[in-house]
Amino acid sequence: MSERPGGHRDVPVLDLDAIIDDPGTRIIVCCGSGGVGKTTTAAALGLRAAERGRAAVVLTVDPARRLAQSMGLTELDNVPRPVEDVTGDGTLHAMMLDMKRTFDEIIEAHADPERARQILTNPFYQSLSSSFSGTQEYMAMEKLGQLRRSGEWDLIIVDTPPSRSALDFLDAPERLGRFLDGRLIRVLTAPAKAGGRSAFKLFNAGFGLIAGAMTKLLGAQVLKDLQTFVSALDAVFGGFRARAEQTYRLLQAPGTAFVVVAAPERDAMREASYFVERLAEERMPLAGVVINRVHRSPAEGLSAARSAAAAEELESRGGHDLAAAVLRLHTGRMQLAAREHREREHFVTAHPTVPVAEVPAMWEDVHDLEGLRQVGKLLAAQ
Amino acid sequence: MGSLRDVRARDTDWDGVRLHVVTGKGGTGKTTVAAALALALAAGGRKVLLVEVEGRQGIAQVFDLPPLPYEERRIAVAPDGGDVHALSIDPEEAMLDYLEMFYGMRRAGKALTKMGVVDFATTIAPGFRDVLVTGKTTEAVRRKNKDGRRVYDAVVLDAPPTGRITRFLNVTNEVAGLARVGPIKNHADLVNGVVASPETAVHFVTLLEEMPVQETLDGLAELTAAGLPPGGIFTNMVRESLLPASVLDAAAGGRFDPAELALGLKAAGLADGASDAAAVAEALAEEIVEHARRTALEQRERESLDASGRPRYELPLLADGVDLAGLYELAESIRNQGAA
Ligand SMILES: Nc1ncnc2c1ncn2[C@@H]1O[C@H](COP(=O)(O)OP(=O)(O)OP(=O)(O)O)[C@@H](O)[C@H]1O
Ligand SMILES: Nc1ncnc2c1ncn2[C@@H]1O[C@H](COP(=O)(O)OP(=O)(O)OP(=O)(O)O)[C@@H](O)[C@H]1O
Ligand SMILES: [Mg+2]
Ligand SMILES: [Mg+2]
Repeated sequence: MSERPGGHRDVPVLDLDAIIDDPGTRIIVCCGSGGVGKTTTAAALGLRAAERGRAAVVLTVDPARRLAQSMGLTELDNVPRPVEDVTGDGTLHAMMLDMKRTFDEIIEAHADPERARQILTNPFYQSLSSSFSGTQEYMAMEKLGQLRRSGEWDLIIVDTPPSRSALDFLDAPERLGRFLDGRLIRVLTAPAKAGGRSAFKLFNAGFGLIAGAMTKLLGAQVLKDLQTFVSALDAVFGGFRARAEQTYRLLQAPGTAFVVVAAPERDAMREASYFVERLAEERMPLAGVVINRVHRSPAEGLSAARSAAAAEELESRGGHDLAAAVLRLHTGRMQLAAREHREREHFVTAHPTVPVAEVPAMWEDVHDLEGLRQVGKLLAAQ
Repeated sequence: MGSLRDVRARDTDWDGVRLHVVTGKGGTGKTTVAAALALALAAGGRKVLLVEVEGRQGIAQVFDLPPLPYEERRIAVAPDGGDVHALSIDPEEAMLDYLEMFYGMRRAGKALTKMGVVDFATTIAPGFRDVLVTGKTTEAVRRKNKDGRRVYDAVVLDAPPTGRITRFLNVTNEVAGLARVGPIKNHADLVNGVVASPETAVHFVTLLEEMPVQETLDGLAELTAAGLPPGGIFTNMVRESLLPASVLDAAAGGRFDPAELALGLKAAGLADGASDAAAVAEALAEEIVEHARRTALEQRERESLDASGRPRYELPLLADGVDLAGLYELAESIRNQGAA
């Protein structure tokens, strides 16, 4: 007989209702590798929290169109909108992150109007602020900080971008900071500091070589745009960095709960493992792991082996074609469940103290409030 | 399988295409399909280069090899002879190549690397990074032997995901905002000459699920609007349904009679008493209804993909995951469907 997937005795259970009901929980971050269900989980938790009485806001990043529509989000306007048809005493707001606008607002807040204009119209700024490598992660964290400071919500649920690696959103602010402290930036900003003369002349032959290469590579005009941009930005970035550090500390605070979302597949579970370890290293509070889209069978009592043997028996005898086909199908289903169960066991063995919750795969996508409510219920029913 | 001569003579949907770009939503099987496509294109004695650009060593993983260096090397032999070579493009190395090839400035390039110029480029202007990477790829497409023939019959690029593909390939546009004139701009124009030509086809990998299909359709529209040449759609990880259409149709509407199934279960010796067989049949019926709904949804997704008018190919879900044998199986399926 097959063991019921999910029926592991010693694994601590992730009790999400306890987390969302605890008024001390102020921020929930849903993270995980691409496509595992981060946005769905964030939205479902938000709805459930609201319907259990919290004043919740969900910050989504690039939600699937129909999921966004289900929450009444039709445009990317970067402000939380109330979600209709939420039952119970709480409230739910939802928003989609507009990374460019968030970035623009930071610049406007930190630079005088003239300098802000210089930055906002620079081609490099436009490239940086709408590119995908790190900016989105950075801006999601920035927006989280803003929502928190506004004090309007008692629970903020953040979704994270579909990164190639789940860690990008932790690393992006650091990377941007390192980049702005880098030697290269100092060379590029030197002309401004040296009163407009080419900084490269001030340096030794090594720098001359570099300047030559940069000019060859980029062309003189590009280099000039770049220098203007970097020196304008440099003036703004002190404040920028301070905020990144503030958000980082917010993430470490006891009111924050990280929920790592994973799919029961090797790559996703490996990524989840890696992420769990990384959170521990950074002393970020992990609530637990949600294994999403788990395949189960209503006929779990019939094992893959018995089902396959019976199908074979019927096939060799002839007749009962339908039953044979159904048994084949069931065999495949049970094999898949067993594979997924093994992936889960690997994870659990490596991380025996991490609470785990499982959400079954539904046969269709989640794209209305009722679907989200259903996912919320499944998340809580462990 | 046909003889070598047959294979060479066959018409494929992409005759004349030398650069096959493979994109798709994350995790749908881009790397797997790119590898299988490279094998399929090489079949029958051709030479194909498989390129990856995100430094993730995905090619090494699917071919079960140690990490690939920044160097073109043969990694597999195709059915009926033919070679697949691979290259893992590292943007830093590509920049050194570029400086050396056009300006003979390797040493300066090294200094730039040390200064973190590449880190800089990826942070501030991914367009620069992309032009280096696509530049290296299109150089391999254009490269000729001494006798004037192309070194590679085809180049297959395991490309960034759908959300980024148009920006990635549309380098001229991306770079134009930053550099209206100058060497980078010229380089981008050269790349564009290959990428926007009929020698290129951008293929999409998708699953039969709502999100990846929607992304594919959006990606196709965006690509076409940018004047880039769309290729085919590879629906990956397709599960065949074993049940007859009439049963599926009824079950999708919630109608499935477990009585007949119960008889079959009993005949197979799966139940002791009548009530036991009935209980198992009830449970299985629930599974069938769900399966039928899923199958119907997949069929709807197929139809919306077909409405795009692009050639579509189906690749089976390999039950034991993708190993080397599985890769050859996918390659054969690609050839049988005329994609290579
Ligand atoms: N338990 C589930 N059963 C069935 N479908 C699900 C389930 N959870 C999520 N999905 C579907 O899976 C798809 C991906 O979900 P979602 O967009 O939440 O993932 P994500 O991790 O946010 O993805 P990305 O990394 O692209 O942002 C969606 O179409 C969603 O409806
Ligand atoms: N036809 C198939 N049958 C079974 N498994 C498959 C199939 N195609 C791909 N896979 C598996 O699915 C997973 C994702 O595939 P792959 O790495 O090729 O996707 P990808 O689109 O390149 O992902 P990424 O976006 O992370 O680069 C891998 O584990 C791979 O082995
Ligand atoms: Mg998402
Ligand atoms: Mg890949």
